[in-house]
Amino acid sequence: MSLDWNPLILTFQLALVTTIILMFVGIPLAYWIALTRGKWKYVIEPLVSMPLVLPPTVLGFYILLFFSPRSFLGSFLETFFHVKVVFTFLGLVIGSVLFSLPFMVNPIKAGFQSFPKSLIEASYALGKSKKETLLKVILPNIKPALWTGIVMAFAHTIGEFGVVLMIGGNIPGETRVASIAIFGEVEALNYSAANFYSGILFLISFGILFVLNVVNKKDFKVMS
Amino acid sequence: MIKVRAKKNLLTSHGPMRLAVDFQIPDKELITLFGPSGSGKTTILRMIAGLTDPEEGFIQVEDEVWFDSDKGINRPVQERQISFVFQDYNLFPNMTILENLRYALKDKKEEGLVYELLEMTRLTELKDRKPATLSGGQKQRVALIRALLRKPKIFLLDEPLSSLDLELRLKLQDEILALYERLKIPTVFVTHDLSEIFKISSQIFILEQGKISRSGKPSAIFGEEALSGKFKFVGNILELKREDFLYIVTVQIGNHLTKVVATEDEAKDWHVGDRVLVAAKAFNPIIMRI
Repeated sequence: MSLDWNPLILTFQLALVTTIILMFVGIPLAYWIALTRGKWKYVIEPLVSMPLVLPPTVLGFYILLFFSPRSFLGSFLETFFHVKVVFTFLGLVIGSVLFSLPFMVNPIKAGFQSFPKSLIEASYALGKSKKETLLKVILPNIKPALWTGIVMAFAHTIGEFGVVLMIGGNIPGETRVASIAIFGEVEALNYSAANFYSGILFLISFGILFVLNVVNKKDFKVMS
Repeated sequence: MIKVRAKKNLLTSHGPMRLAVDFQIPDKELITLFGPSGSGKTTILRMIAGLTDPEEGFIQVEDEVWFDSDKGINRPVQERQISFVFQDYNLFPNMTILENLRYALKDKKEEGLVYELLEMTRLTELKDRKPATLSGGQKQRVALIRALLRKPKIFLLDEPLSSLDLELRLKLQDEILALYERLKIPTVFVTHDLSEIFKISSQIFILEQGKISRSGKPSAIFGEEALSGKFKFVGNILELKREDFLYIVTVQIGNHLTKVVATEDEAKDWHVGDRVLVAAKAFNPIIMRI
């Protein structure tokens, strides 16, 4: 039996792209939530965490409605930019970014919140701007939180199913990621293929979390 | 000349308090803010630095206005040329000592100054270590020179020595004094340690309940009471023992036990547990180095 590696490759492509986008979105968002006192925080913070409690199908359903060729946004994107979101890899990326957002934002937010304010003040008192303080003082000191956010977002994207199925469907080579391939193989009573994908996902997920733990322990030793 | 006028309502551990101060620091002077904890000392330093905003007030350093509530002027902390030394050092744990100091430089070409100050404070050998591996005294030395690398117009020290033991404290007092003598920058030193005031400051402001209650030279302020020739200690009687016609009274003063002789007349109304004042006249105490 020849095994199709495509779903696994697609899964890791999706996880990588999602994580990179989330780094640029999640870190500034976590910084803003942690340090702002504005009213908007009370709306944005629960919104970010919504994917933790919502069934993935709900999120997938709304994205489907929003970007469908019959919707305003969907037809606008298609007419002017020739971009299709629904049932494409791009759709998967949008869904994954939204769905994994809390896994990136929440640990990093906690890192920012527990960072001593006095060290930030010490940096300001040395004449350093907010940006320089963030890049040279805060971020290097909350590395464990950053690693946790990045790895959790990556690992969580690997494990996505509901959102991906709703937006992407099951198109081989385009949207058929490993979790969906497993579902398809089981439905076709093809257990050995399902076993193959499941085993690899199991090992990789364990490996990622194991390495994260080891790295963070080591980092803590250096810091304390 | 530095002018500070500031008002602010504060919430302290003893309840709400109104901070209202108005004072001036002459050029090149080292002044001390002295007072119990919660009297507003640190808040005043933070207001000068721009880390806390007064509700109302005016702060001027040399000819620059840093804060003026009437005109809506409030320079951010980054634009006030200050040096702030914190009680708990606040060295950046991710950087080595050298990197901590370099970070403070405005112009990276001035690195020679970093090495010069490291040499002066005998820290050169530690330059590649992380702050976590240094002792308290070493950390505070690094914090001091890091603050000074900013070439400040005013030097603000918030109880910088309070977490160090006595010996180190005395040594660092000398070093701070030496740095101050060399640089002659107006300096505000916050402390609740009396010995520090006598050694360091030319002028002292005593802060009570958010107000400056007295100010002047340390010897003038503490002159009448603390510097008279008498010793006075308050203690508790632990034991009253009769020996022939005299009483031997054991008194606990702080952690020390002292035996004092009293006549029958004096001792007859005393009881164990009474609070008493033990005093000696100027001509009889013996003073020895220990």
